[in-house]
Amino acid sequence: MRTAFIRTLVDLARNDGRIFLLVGDLGYTVVEPFAEEFPDRFVNVGVAEQNLTGIATGLALCDKVVFTYSIGNFPTLRCLEQIRNDVCFHNANVKVVAVGGGLCYGPLGMTHHATEDLAMLRSLPGMTVIAPGDPVEAALATQAVARRSGPCYLRLAKAGDPIVHQEVPDFRVGEAIRVRDGSDLTLIAIGGMLHSAVEAGEELGLLGVSARVLSMHTLKPLDVEAVQRAAHETAAVITLEEHSIIGGLGSAVAEALAAGNSAVAFRRMGIGDSFCHQAGSHDYLRRLHSLTVPQIVEEALRLTVGRETVRVSG
Amino acid sequence: MRVPHYPTLATRIRTQVLTMSYRTRSSHVGTSLSMADLLAVLYGGILRVDPARPDWPDRDRFILSKGHGCAAVYAVLAEMGFFPKEWLESYDRDGSPLVRHITHTNVPGVEASTGSLGHGLALGCGMALAGKRDGRPYRVFVMLSDGECDEGSTWEAALFAPHHRLCNLVAIVDYNKIQAFGRVKEVLDLEPLADKWRAFGWAAREIDGHDFAQIEDALQGIPFDAGRPSCIIAHTVKGKGVSFMENELAWHYKNPDAEELRRALVELGVSPCEPPLSAH
Repeated sequence: MRTAFIRTLVDLARNDGRIFLLVGDLGYTVVEPFAEEFPDRFVNVGVAEQNLTGIATGLALCDKVVFTYSIGNFPTLRCLEQIRNDVCFHNANVKVVAVGGGLCYGPLGMTHHATEDLAMLRSLPGMTVIAPGDPVEAALATQAVARRSGPCYLRLAKAGDPIVHQEVPDFRVGEAIRVRDGSDLTLIAIGGMLHSAVEAGEELGLLGVSARVLSMHTLKPLDVEAVQRAAHETAAVITLEEHSIIGGLGSAVAEALAAGNSAVAFRRMGIGDSFCHQAGSHDYLRRLHSLTVPQIVEEALRLTVGRETVRVSG
Repeated sequence: MRVPHYPTLATRIRTQVLTMSYRTRSSHVGTSLSMADLLAVLYGGILRVDPARPDWPDRDRFILSKGHGCAAVYAVLAEMGFFPKEWLESYDRDGSPLVRHITHTNVPGVEASTGSLGHGLALGCGMALAGKRDGRPYRVFVMLSDGECDEGSTWEAALFAPHHRLCNLVAIVDYNKIQAFGRVKEVLDLEPLADKWRAFGWAAREIDGHDFAQIEDALQGIPFDAGRPSCIIAHTVKGKGVSFMENELAWHYKNPDAEELRRALVELGVSPCEPPLSAH
């Protein structure tokens, strides 16, 4: 995703002299194409994320469109107050970009697990929150946030993420993409979980369960209509996120379901209310948090079989 | 409009600050009074701003990083004609745009909202960088408190500005020696403060922040050194101008009652009837 991001950003910057890229001393072998082509619009501010965000706001208040870029929690949590007071309160044209969203940099330990960022940034007034599901969406999301006025958060996975979309989808901020049709249950995925959601959907199909898969690339503003339609048209909804189940996609969808008085079987699959104290690969950590394809399938079967029982007995 | 000379403008700022604090029983009088003379020179003779065109792209930018001193800035903006002086009567009232930490929304002349310390210098760095990249002539002035020199983020920005040769950036430290819980020297000593800024790469000067000639001379002399940002350490007195408020921590929090306001205005040489004292 990060490769798609930087390629797209370079393209955008060729046509828009307002675009700046600021990094917090990270982005080695990623951001160089931008830095080389636009040296006057690239700044490595050093290891200083509060300053990164404040400077970005100052530039934006002078009519620049500023992307801040770093990994994991550094461009978000480390400078959360700058994002709130400086970027959001001034409705500044700053686009915060984090790579390594979720557990992508899991082997690097707890400090590099970006697993509460969506909740925190979603709560900030005026902030658009987008976590694309694959490199194709990442490129489209980059274009979208550059066009969109005001604060945006773009949460990317890493390099070499699997491609889900074989064709370029219609990407609109705040509109879920239906990646797979289905009528029994709906899997709603955000960010890097999209590929697993689609795989789980295929496996469920082989087992006779028709699974709809939505890419909820935009967490805020949430596509409430797509959520409520899923609750209306399918018997169960499962949210999938590499993020705490507190405050992220699962919470946002739960809010939408509650607001729609939707009676639907519902599960949030994500990270529980705990830190991980172990070493582990990305795959290992996903397994630990029940986010692998077989675990998703198992949960989906449990939920849909339960619903069928209810239907039969009802 | 004709700008009043510095002492007159400074007295008007102080008068407004005291009256605003009295009306709404609001705090932070001492911090507003300590920088009143600095603001009088900045707005009265240095800043290239146009109250009729607050969005003029080439205007100088002034950022109040010590956002709690907002009453003094609202006062000077009103005195300069950025908005009607009557607005000051709404300060800190329900629904007013004049909030008790400086807020830019719907307030002409306020460049940025602050209130949490340690934000302003980074904002100023961004604006100064934009000015450099765009080849615009404007300067960026950031007013800091001594207390916010405790914030790490202040020093992140202090490292950045000289590295990027932001000679269009000026940091002014209102060094009134008292922070929220006591004397700076006792809470967290900043000395040698000017040397710290110099060590970070700034051209720094120390002045008496209540001596109009020194303030003007310093501000007219920027950049002090070609290619480097300028830092003015302005030695000031918290509560300056009102004897019983000077150097008193309590006036970081207190607001004057009617009798204290009357005495304060007498000391400033202002008739207590003018401006009229509205009831609480």
